[in-house]
Amino acid sequence: MKLFSALASCLLLASCGASQSNNSGVYMLVDTSGTYREEIQKAEQIIRYTLSRLDATDSFAVARIDTGSFSEKDIVAKMTFDDRPSMINRQKRLFAEQVQTFVDDSRSSQYTDITGGLLQAVEFLNEKKPAAKTVLIFSDLKEELEEGYIRDISIELDGFDVIALNVTKLRSDNVDPREYLTRLDEWQARVEKSGGSWRVVNDLDGLEGLL
Amino acid sequence: MNFFLSITPWPVLSALLWIVLVVAALYFARPTAHKLILAAGNSLHKMFRTASVSVAGAESGLANRNREVLLAAGREAKERIVEREFDRINETVRKDLSNYSALHRSLSESIGRIEQDHKDAVDVPPDPPGWVKAVEAVANIDSREGRVGIGNVLSDIHKSLVKAHKEAMVMYHEASGKRHELLRKMRPEWRQIQQTLGKVGKNVDSLLNRSVTIDRHMQEYEDMVKGEDRAVSILSSSSLVYFFVSALVLVVALGGATINFSLIARPMAEMVGGTTLIGGFKTADIAALVIIMVEISMGLFLMESLRITRLFPVIGALPDKTRIRMIWITFTMLFLLASVEAGLAYMREVLLHDELATSALLRGDGDVALSGDYMWITTAAQMGMGFILPFALTFVAIPLETFVHSLRTVIGLLAIGILRFLSLSLRLLGSGFRYLGVLCTQLYDLPLFIPLWWAARETENAASAKTSFSEI
Repeated sequence: MKLFSALASCLLLASCGASQSNNSGVYMLVDTSGTYREEIQKAEQIIRYTLSRLDATDSFAVARIDTGSFSEKDIVAKMTFDDRPSMINRQKRLFAEQVQTFVDDSRSSQYTDITGGLLQAVEFLNEKKPAAKTVLIFSDLKEELEEGYIRDISIELDGFDVIALNVTKLRSDNVDPREYLTRLDEWQARVEKSGGSWRVVNDLDGLEGLL
Repeated sequence: MNFFLSITPWPVLSALLWIVLVVAALYFARPTAHKLILAAGNSLHKMFRTASVSVAGAESGLANRNREVLLAAGREAKERIVEREFDRINETVRKDLSNYSALHRSLSESIGRIEQDHKDAVDVPPDPPGWVKAVEAVANIDSREGRVGIGNVLSDIHKSLVKAHKEAMVMYHEASGKRHELLRKMRPEWRQIQQTLGKVGKNVDSLLNRSVTIDRHMQEYEDMVKGEDRAVSILSSSSLVYFFVSALVLVVALGGATINFSLIARPMAEMVGGTTLIGGFKTADIAALVIIMVEISMGLFLMESLRITRLFPVIGALPDKTRIRMIWITFTMLFLLASVEAGLAYMREVLLHDELATSALLRGDGDVALSGDYMWITTAAQMGMGFILPFALTFVAIPLETFVHSLRTVIGLLAIGILRFLSLSLRLLGSGFRYLGVLCTQLYDLPLFIPLWWAARETENAASAKTSFSEI
């Protein structure tokens, strides 16, 4: 009887202590400003790919980048997946439907508040507390703020992977490529200074290593 | 080194001096050094020999124990076989020879009827013909009385004769017909008797064959009781064969259990969640494994209750009523678990379709209809496997029992082999040290060949002088 009790206690302790969190959280910012609105089909493709890679208890959110992106209202779809396989599939289909609606109905915004969106992403992912935090920025990375918006603030990105996707070259970049390179360097410096890691993926056919 | 070569101004002289000194020292220490080397060699020899004897003793003890275990297992197996043979004889006697009285009565009745028919079929001698007396009367007529009327008489006799012959023939045919009828009626009786006797003969033959088998088993049993080497040898080789065969079957069963596991592990995540871990393993996997283990346990108990295996003597010794209850309980649990598995296998298929549909949607292939006409085959096959595999795993109990029993013998044989090898190695090592001691003394003497030669010469001279002196 004593032996049985000891075994039961060990099993109970093991079951309590061994539950580990190895989930991941992904927050995707989709730029809808100006001409970049035309790239939104590619964004949908990335979202679908990301959905296919996520599993039980992972969190995923998609938010638009517009004039003022530091707002929950800009979150298009967000989901923390259940740990039952059937429920996960249902959630993924629902998520895909929400994204589809967003793609169909989205309108281009006048300004591009990337920093606000990044702040919102950090807030969201910190709240979910996943083991791995990834922020995908689908944008040309050219930030244009409306007058009065203050975004010159430090962001705590320790433990975050920030991946810039499909960073298209603007017409002015073609004239002076240094602008493009400077833009990328500035963002990399900003992210790495804040403790995060920075990566750029422009080839959307090779998304295998994205997550 | 320089110090050794600089004790005199001439290094060669110094070296020679050192050699002389060392040889002298070695020569004077020779008896003690020899004693020391030989004592060390002998000590090591004795030590290893003692260890070898000890290991050999352990090996012998283990061999005896293994022999006893083997004989005990063999006796038990033989007892089971003989018991089963007696059960079969009992069954034959109960089933076939219990109605021997009815059989005997049937045979007696058949024989009685045949006797009666035989009596009735006896050939009745025909009556003497009527004309015989007429012939006698004709013969007795005196010649004097004249034989005028003889022609008429003979004519009448002829007529009577023909008539009598006809009547006799008719009667004969009638009697023959009756006899044949009776004989025909006897045929089925004969057949019945033949069949009955055939059946009895078969039963008796079966009993005789069984008695021959029992005799053979009893002879082997007696050999085992006597502990004869032949019996041990047969049991030992049988154990090895059983070990390998049962191991092979267990590997096959392990494959079945793995398939079973893969069938239920995935849908189990629906019940216990797909992310929680226990001791680094997914809870869903552990739950699936537990279900399979419980099924195997139920199978073991079922086999024990049916007295097919004897791994748990407690179950075998239960009263029949309790045992039969246990059979039903274990079978019901097994059935329920098999049903659960079939349900999980179905769930697995549903999940798979769901996942494929979701993947297709995410790939942008649209809502692909995966439920084709043939999809029910895989679903049914998975459900069937989910239901059948638990019952198939039940039979693991039989090779498992054989494996466990033969494992004891195999481990014993292995341990005996290892101990024998160890004993031999220790013995060889002991002898090696002894001869190494002798070799070392010879090597010790090698640099001392000059003083030894001198000493030998001196001894010879002294001996010859002593002989001369004694002669004088």
